[in-house]
Amino acid sequence: MAESVIFYLFGGVAVIAALFMVTRHNPVSCAMSLVVVMFCLAVLFLGLHAPFVAMMQVIVYAGAVMVLFLYVIMLLNLSDEELGRTIVTPLKLFGGLVGCLFLVALVVLVQGDYGEGGAVNPSFGGVAQIGKELFSSYMLPFEIASVLLLAAIVGAVVIAQREQK
Amino acid sequence: MTVPLPQYLLLGAILFTIGAVGFIARRNAIVIFMCVELMLNAVNLSFIAVSRSLGEPAGQVFVFLVMTVAAAEAAVGLAIILQVYRLRGTINADEIKLMKW
Amino acid sequence: MTSQPTNWLWLIPFLPLLGAAINGLIGPKMSKGLVGLIACSSIFMSFLVTLSYVLFRLPLMEENQVLLNTAYTWLSIGNFHADIAFHLDHLSAVMCMVVSGVGFLIHVYSIGYMGHDPGYSRYFTYLNLFAGAMLILVLGANLPLMFVGWEGVGLCSYLLIGFWFEDNEKASAGKKAFIVNRIGDFGFILGLFSVYYFLGKVDFLGMVHEVEGSGRDTLLKGWFDLGSFGIPSVVTVICLLFFLGATGKSAQLPLYVWLPDAMAGPTPVSALIHAATMVTAGVYMVARLSFLFSLSETASFVVALVGALTALYAATIAITQNDIKKILAYSTISQLGYMFMGVGVMAYSAGIFHLMTHAFFKALLFLCSGAVIHGLGGEQDIRKMGGLIKKMPITGWTWVIGWLAICGIPPFAGFFSKDEILWMAYSHGYRALWLIGFLGALLTAFYMTRCTILTFFGESRLAEGVHAHDAPRSMAAPLVILAVLSLIGGLVGWPHHSLFEHYLGGVFESSEAIVAAIPKPGMPAEGMLMILSICVAAFGILVGYFSYLKRPDLPGKTADAIPQVYRASLNKYYVDEIYNATVVQPILKTSDRFLWRIFDVWIVDGIVNGVAGLFRSVFAEGLRRFQSGIVNSYAVYFLLGALLVLIFMMLP
Repeated sequence: MAESVIFYLFGGVAVIAALFMVTRHNPVSCAMSLVVVMFCLAVLFLGLHAPFVAMMQVIVYAGAVMVLFLYVIMLLNLSDEELGRTIVTPLKLFGGLVGCLFLVALVVLVQGDYGEGGAVNPSFGGVAQIGKELFSSYMLPFEIASVLLLAAIVGAVVIAQREQK
Repeated sequence: MTVPLPQYLLLGAILFTIGAVGFIARRNAIVIFMCVELMLNAVNLSFIAVSRSLGEPAGQVFVFLVMTVAAAEAAVGLAIILQVYRLRGTINADEIKLMKW
Repeated sequence: MTSQPTNWLWLIPFLPLLGAAINGLIGPKMSKGLVGLIACSSIFMSFLVTLSYVLFRLPLMEENQVLLNTAYTWLSIGNFHADIAFHLDHLSAVMCMVVSGVGFLIHVYSIGYMGHDPGYSRYFTYLNLFAGAMLILVLGANLPLMFVGWEGVGLCSYLLIGFWFEDNEKASAGKKAFIVNRIGDFGFILGLFSVYYFLGKVDFLGMVHEVEGSGRDTLLKGWFDLGSFGIPSVVTVICLLFFLGATGKSAQLPLYVWLPDAMAGPTPVSALIHAATMVTAGVYMVARLSFLFSLSETASFVVALVGALTALYAATIAITQNDIKKILAYSTISQLGYMFMGVGVMAYSAGIFHLMTHAFFKALLFLCSGAVIHGLGGEQDIRKMGGLIKKMPITGWTWVIGWLAICGIPPFAGFFSKDEILWMAYSHGYRALWLIGFLGALLTAFYMTRCTILTFFGESRLAEGVHAHDAPRSMAAPLVILAVLSLIGGLVGWPHHSLFEHYLGGVFESSEAIVAAIPKPGMPAEGMLMILSICVAAFGILVGYFSYLKRPDLPGKTADAIPQVYRASLNKYYVDEIYNATVVQPILKTSDRFLWRIFDVWIVDGIVNGVAGLFRSVFAEGLRRFQSGIVNSYAVYFLLGALLVLIFMMLP
């Protein structure tokens, strides 16, 4: 029961925040809405027995990535005129149509009886288990991810450099 | 789980579609990027839900890795947007048509 | 017929081809002496190999055996088998000796004749290539390989006739030769197909085997219904198809028109190709296929009739020509007619005998004419010659021997062979053909005497500043050798004790039974005919002597008395013009107006351009618009694709 309430509440907020995000004019508003979405999803993760991922969501995604977004938005400091008005083009309408169809297709596809989902071990999704999985079965993706991060760091620094005069 | 799996997947689908349409509709490059992040989050939600439903930790590990990649991608992507702004003076997707025929 | 295997026959055609390859690839960089040495030695070695086979291997075989050398498995498709296989029997041996022997002499002659020509190495390349192709033709053990040689000599004929290709006329002569030949080749190919269809075999041993067995009945059945012409048998049609090929290659009616034009090539080429070897390929083919021709009286009669008519026809043209090479060209056509007459009346060894003697004296005559032309600095018109016998003794007296041979005066070679043919025609019952050949002999004697007198005897009519010099040694030696052969070569065919006929007897045994059945008149008739031949030849010579030496004004008066006839003969009965108007121009006009303008430009180009244009407008320009550079639109396409995937997943 509580789970349903939490689901509907935070799920609804997430959807509304997402809608806000795609419609706000000011990019800062968009960023904040996205942060709200992420927080809601973090709560949902908690409900789904994924505490570690929920923490990661908050710390890394909402805490680091979105902050980075905000930094960049502030850095660019675009004024209102530069941001421009939104123009509705045939392409966007067509895109909207395709999107709706896409949603309908997905809705049709997800239907089905998947069962209750048995009770899980209390330590399911905990740090210990995730850690164990990461360092045993998923060792290779883990290492590759670290290399990827290194590459991203170097890349970001190099790409965003100002021209050396 | 008292909330059946399809509901979670449905929520993920809705968020994903919103992100996709936002991607199509917005002109500001940074906002487009944020829509991508939204899509990734929706997918993460689906992964976690299915992981819970099946009792497999693999889904959560995968979400972990998706987040890693998303972070890396955000860093590099924003760096590119910065540089494009410096070179072109604008970050409207309509006006950055370098790869036009 | 059975066969014995052997290993080295392939050398005979291979050696000249090797010489051609060497001269062709590195000839221009070698010295002239080396080029000539390679060319002559390659064909001489062919001659030696042939000679060694003839002396050492062939006598060990039985009457109807053949030496077979299968060099390489060539075509083996289902039931169709044709290998690169060479077979040597007495017939091929005679041909090989003639080709390589006379060929060698002409190679040596060419060293002198073409000494100053810039295309020296090219000439010898082509000449060796020709020799190789001719030897393939003669030694080929199956029809496809023979056809390879057949086409090869046609090609080399084109190359050598148009040797001085910078001159348009000469190049056109080469083209004419090849194209007219091709028309005949069509007949050969159809004949080949028919043989395979009815007998299932295309190699000669297999064919003979089939004919001796069940194939004979297949061949004698009727084939098409030609209405009022009756129903010819299969073998008649096949033989006529092959004969069509022979008329092209051996310049008989109606496909002889290329040979006079072919005189545009160098004279040694005329001697080799158009006197001794290539043009005799048709006769060889008929002799080789004697087992087919002897089954069809109709086809053989057609062969003999065409041969006889051609012999007479060409002789009537030769009497008015003024170019020495043209006279010899028409003479060749005429003598080939005699050869066909021989094989047509089923006297195969007589035809081949005449082939051999003709090779000797005609090559001799051509080479002498070449020496004359060379000595006079290029003059070919006999009206501008005369009295050369004093200034060019070697050339002159060897020519005289050739002249006497062709006229049919005993004991020179031509007498025995020509007389044999005439006798065979008469004795196999073809009296009318005998008469035609008889008249042809009269004309032959006449026009050759005319040519001889105007060229070598009488007063000199040389143009100003033209000094005649005799042939150098390299040119004179072959002349002398050929003269000797023309003198004694006929003796092997002494009537009733003919070594030649005996030698070739085994080859034609399948047709001998048929021939033996024909009743023949006895010895007295033969003796009478022989004396008649000698008389008519002597008469022709006398008339010529009288007309051109004693009373030189007489020919002119005769010509004026019958101007139309004279002009018709001089202009070759306008045959070239007729062919041009009826065949060549319509084809050219059709090709230009219809095939090119309409079919090629409209339809073919239209399709090609249309398809390309379609691709351009629909695919290229249409698809181009999808790449707008706007990221949002790309996202739409992604989503669209994803949607399609989802729909696909939803389908049952």
